[in-house]
Amino acid sequence: MPRPLSIVVVEKDRERALMIVDGLREAGEHDVVVIGDESSLARRIAARNPDLVLIDLASPSRDMLEELALATSPMDRPVAMFVDRTDGGMTQAAIDAGVSAYVVDGLRPERIKPILDAAIARFQMVQKMRAELAATRRALEERKIIDRAKGLLMRARNVGEDEAYALMRKTAMAQGKKIADVAQALVTAAELLK
Amino acid sequence: MNVIPLRLGYLPLVDAAPLFIAQALGFAEQEGLDLSLHSAPSWSALRDMLAMGIVDGAQMLAPVPVAMALGLGAARTRFDALQLLNANGDVIGVSEPLAERMRAEGFAFDFTDAHSAGRALLQAAGGRLRIGVPFPFSMHTELVHYWLENLGQPLPELLEIRTVPPALMPQALEAGEIDAFAVGEPWGSHAVELGVGTLLLPGSAIWSFAPEKVLAVRRGWADANPDLAGRMMRAVWRACRWIGAPENRFLVSDILSAPGRLPISAEVIDRAVSGRLIISRSGEEREVPNLIEFFEGAANFPWRSQAAWIGMRLAARHGLNQVWAARVAGEVFRADLYRQHLRDAGADLPGASEKLEGALAMPTPVASERGSMILPADRFFNRRVFDPSEPAR
Repeated sequence: MPRPLSIVVVEKDRERALMIVDGLREAGEHDVVVIGDESSLARRIAARNPDLVLIDLASPSRDMLEELALATSPMDRPVAMFVDRTDGGMTQAAIDAGVSAYVVDGLRPERIKPILDAAIARFQMVQKMRAELAATRRALEERKIIDRAKGLLMRARNVGEDEAYALMRKTAMAQGKKIADVAQALVTAAELLK
Repeated sequence: MNVIPLRLGYLPLVDAAPLFIAQALGFAEQEGLDLSLHSAPSWSALRDMLAMGIVDGAQMLAPVPVAMALGLGAARTRFDALQLLNANGDVIGVSEPLAERMRAEGFAFDFTDAHSAGRALLQAAGGRLRIGVPFPFSMHTELVHYWLENLGQPLPELLEIRTVPPALMPQALEAGEIDAFAVGEPWGSHAVELGVGTLLLPGSAIWSFAPEKVLAVRRGWADANPDLAGRMMRAVWRACRWIGAPENRFLVSDILSAPGRLPISAEVIDRAVSGRLIISRSGEEREVPNLIEFFEGAANFPWRSQAAWIGMRLAARHGLNQVWAARVAGEVFRADLYRQHLRDAGADLPGASEKLEGALAMPTPVASERGSMILPADRFFNRRVFDPSEPAR
């Protein structure tokens, strides 16, 4: 039985972090720690001296990890995974899932692979949920703007709700724009004219 | 005519301007390129995007390809630097509490003299100074180290130069996690705008003509794709020339602040582009003609001696052989490809590919392929001269 690996997950959002940790648990008995506060990230990670670090590809804080490669001895320096490796399929999956990983140089690939597979699967889920959340939020925002624009039109032209909406839709189609964009332009203009 | 797709990566900074301009004003199209630009969230992400072939070329901190050639950092690939996108462009700033202490001790924030600014900073900082830089391999890091080491003053007991992503710099400053920062514009001006920092020096006060960002590709890519590399280099070079023309400066800020480019207003971007910075929240203005240079003075030429200086500095700090490092670093800056691809586009080319760094106190004519060209002043604040043939001296 090889010793359990020490894994650090850098993730601010608590729920997402828990999801990822659950996924990693399924990949074996490993020592998983989450770091949520990204200030002094490099020092916090160095203090734990992990075998593997997982971080969101989109996180600007990733640059702080580069210091780790300098702080440790060349023998066990962490290297960025998925760069210049032969496993193209895994690299692509990792990029699509939005996860970047750092492992200690020399760690055996067969030990890392199941963990990374699990990590990729979980980050994929996180990514999907995040995209859905963003889409819902956007739809909500658009709805609010459209309602405001509708109100403006109803007052200005003294028309009913349906007619106001039809007018915006017609304009949007004529200009090849989205209704939300037309509504936004109207709201912005109305604010300027106040 | 067949249009060739080309993908370039960048970070949202003022010195990504040549890529935006090449795309927006048709310089890429003119070369038969369908240029797509890809924003990266961090320097390590951009480096990986280039290493993995998600982009063909990328804006890159000049020291990154040098560090990779020396085997430093968390990546195993190698890059070539084909041309500089710009010289200078970094600013150094301090937190508001530190600025207040410096003012109380009589410092006037002249934004010019690196000696007096350094002394005032060290005195006000006392025993602890933490400086944020965007990346361990960056001109920000190099300039800060060079400056502090050559002040002739004892350094604080707790001196820490740590990585903070540019967009998070104001936050870190306000939270008291760092006392000072070195960052590329517009993020310095952004910190002033937010009222959390006062600008202390432009990077050019430390080295008056420092390489800053390069156009990088995977090693060997430009040699294997000479036609495409040539088209890309000419498009970017012509964009740099356009930006360098003073009459275009207002347009530069407008184009950079358009949706999907930099998340900063044109007015703030224009401070860097025009070299007129607001250094504090009380609105003090400082003029720095060479704050950032995209074209003049052969700013795009990848001098092997610039790379050698970076290599020598990195080696000294990380315990590597400096003579070896300077040589290996010099090979990263592809002056040969610059000559090959930009000669016919109209670039005047210097007679040599390396020079003494820091030897020119004023703009000076030197031999070029067409006769002579003017190189700008390139002095270090401490008047040292770097001779690439004797790097360890």
